[in-house]
Amino acid sequence: MTTAVLERSAPTVRTTARKPRKTRYVSTAILLLGALYCLMPVAWVVIAATKGPNDLFTTFSFWPSFNGGFEYNLRTLLEFRSGIFWKWALNSLLYAGAGSLLSVAVSVTAGYALAKYRFAGREAIFRCILAGVLVPQITLAVPQYLLMSKLGLVNSYWSVLLPSIISPYCIYLSRIYAAAVVSDDMLEAGRIDGAGEYRLAWSIGLPPMIPGMITVFLLQFVAIWNNFLLPYIMISDDRHFPMTVGLFSMLNQGASQPALYSLVIMGAFLSVLPLIALFLFLQRYWRIDLVSGAVKG
Amino acid sequence: MSAVPLRVRRPRREGGAAPYVLMLPAIILLVLFLLVPIGYTLWLSLRASRVTGGGLGLRKETFVGLANYAGAITDSAYAQSVVRMLGYGVIVVPVMLGLALLFALLLDSQGARLKSFTRLGIFLPYAVPGVIASLLWGFLYLPGVSPIRATLEKIGLPAPDFLGPDTVLFSVANIGIWGGVGFNMIVLYTALRGLPEELQDAARVDGASELQIALRIKVPLIAPALVMTGIFSLISSLQVFSEPSTLQPLTDSISFTWVPLMTIYRDAFVNNDIYTAAAASVLLAAGTLAVSLAVLSFLQKRAFGEDR
Repeated sequence: MTTAVLERSAPTVRTTARKPRKTRYVSTAILLLGALYCLMPVAWVVIAATKGPNDLFTTFSFWPSFNGGFEYNLRTLLEFRSGIFWKWALNSLLYAGAGSLLSVAVSVTAGYALAKYRFAGREAIFRCILAGVLVPQITLAVPQYLLMSKLGLVNSYWSVLLPSIISPYCIYLSRIYAAAVVSDDMLEAGRIDGAGEYRLAWSIGLPPMIPGMITVFLLQFVAIWNNFLLPYIMISDDRHFPMTVGLFSMLNQGASQPALYSLVIMGAFLSVLPLIALFLFLQRYWRIDLVSGAVKG
Repeated sequence: MSAVPLRVRRPRREGGAAPYVLMLPAIILLVLFLLVPIGYTLWLSLRASRVTGGGLGLRKETFVGLANYAGAITDSAYAQSVVRMLGYGVIVVPVMLGLALLFALLLDSQGARLKSFTRLGIFLPYAVPGVIASLLWGFLYLPGVSPIRATLEKIGLPAPDFLGPDTVLFSVANIGIWGGVGFNMIVLYTALRGLPEELQDAARVDGASELQIALRIKVPLIAPALVMTGIFSLISSLQVFSEPSTLQPLTDSISFTWVPLMTIYRDAFVNNDIYTAAAASVLLAAGTLAVSLAVLSFLQKRAFGEDR
């Protein structure tokens, strides 16, 4: 549709009629450079994963090797400390999966209540949430640690899971989304028909919010999956590490045992795969316009 | 054009207990993991463990007022880490947002090809955790493995030392930019896609070039999205931690107090001085809040004052 407009208006802008072709190449070239920059480290890790410890430092690093390095790295990593990498992967999945599901539940119910009811204390709670969006949550990690240690939960799954559930930003997004998509008239009609408030929330409020819920889920999933400081502080037992902290600890050991580097690279390669898969799978479902606050009801 | 008007036209009071029940999990968690930690940090920041009662030297927690704050401000390691963090932010935020805006405008323009491939390619780093990203870049920087260095050496150019004391700040900033450009690009691109076509068509008929349309029409119209991405980039760059921590084992140029969060981590968990760490945390949080609010009000005046 837009190109048709351009062609139709071409005669009136004859002086610049030749330009689009040149700018087209320039635009495409800039975008390709950007993609190259962004894909290069990922391409490198795929290539480097094919190299065993002997090849890593000796062969040109942008050329894969086929000496069985890939299978060696994969097998050695998966056998490393009796399969602890699997444990880390499952932990990451648990923290990010359970954390983001619970986060969606908490954020959506809170956002719905904030958008659709006027109740005493609503403004105070909302201000608190806005402040929470601006206060760097990560600076709360130290006191959260102290709190967890008072509760005796340090070094447990709960110490990472519980703080991950609350996200002021996700509540804020849910409120915007609920205000935009949940129909007041439908709620009103439901009330006249005598439905209770929880039933209304469930059957009228919930269904239109599903795209927003997918967005909140993905944002939280990535945030928790990528989180480093919180588990790094809370967890000292490496069987409870998520992948980020686990690979970090391996890299740290690698400084004295370079043979570990090729395992770390294999681990980095494996850790990138599931998120990329999740994105490719869910990209059509999520509403990123929600993130920029530009929801159309 | 600002965020969506919140539709709360008709106030409702019919809800009874329902809104409170629906809010309850969020309130409990907010209190437990936001308010209580903030209060506890403030309280801790005013206290210290001091030796009392001569002879045996018993350590006891006492009230020390603002001594921890004075200590944090005059601690040269903390001050240097703050300066470094600000330098990091000054590099990352404009470069990242500039690139994100450029890519978003190109994706939205009529000319460019291969759009879906490049869009996905540039967005991909968002799916890579900061630690993993730093690990990948760390190897790309590391002498002996680095393909960048190897390529430059092969064609006879001097290979830069990416992990040297003068360059490491840029190397860390590059990781931050790499990780954030795609997400911001998508946010801005989505905002651009939401703009009405009529204005641009009218400008095109009037003979405006694509560049003029982009700069004069599109950019001002997506100012709210730019402000929002700017604030979030700023907040996250002031919290930089995982990138330098991951590069730390690979180079001597990154100290254990390289950025404020690393200093706070060292104080709290290596030196076991939670009181100084608490004061430094409060300073960092208050500083971030102040900077965000200042930028927000400045930009809102500039960005929204003009096109209304």
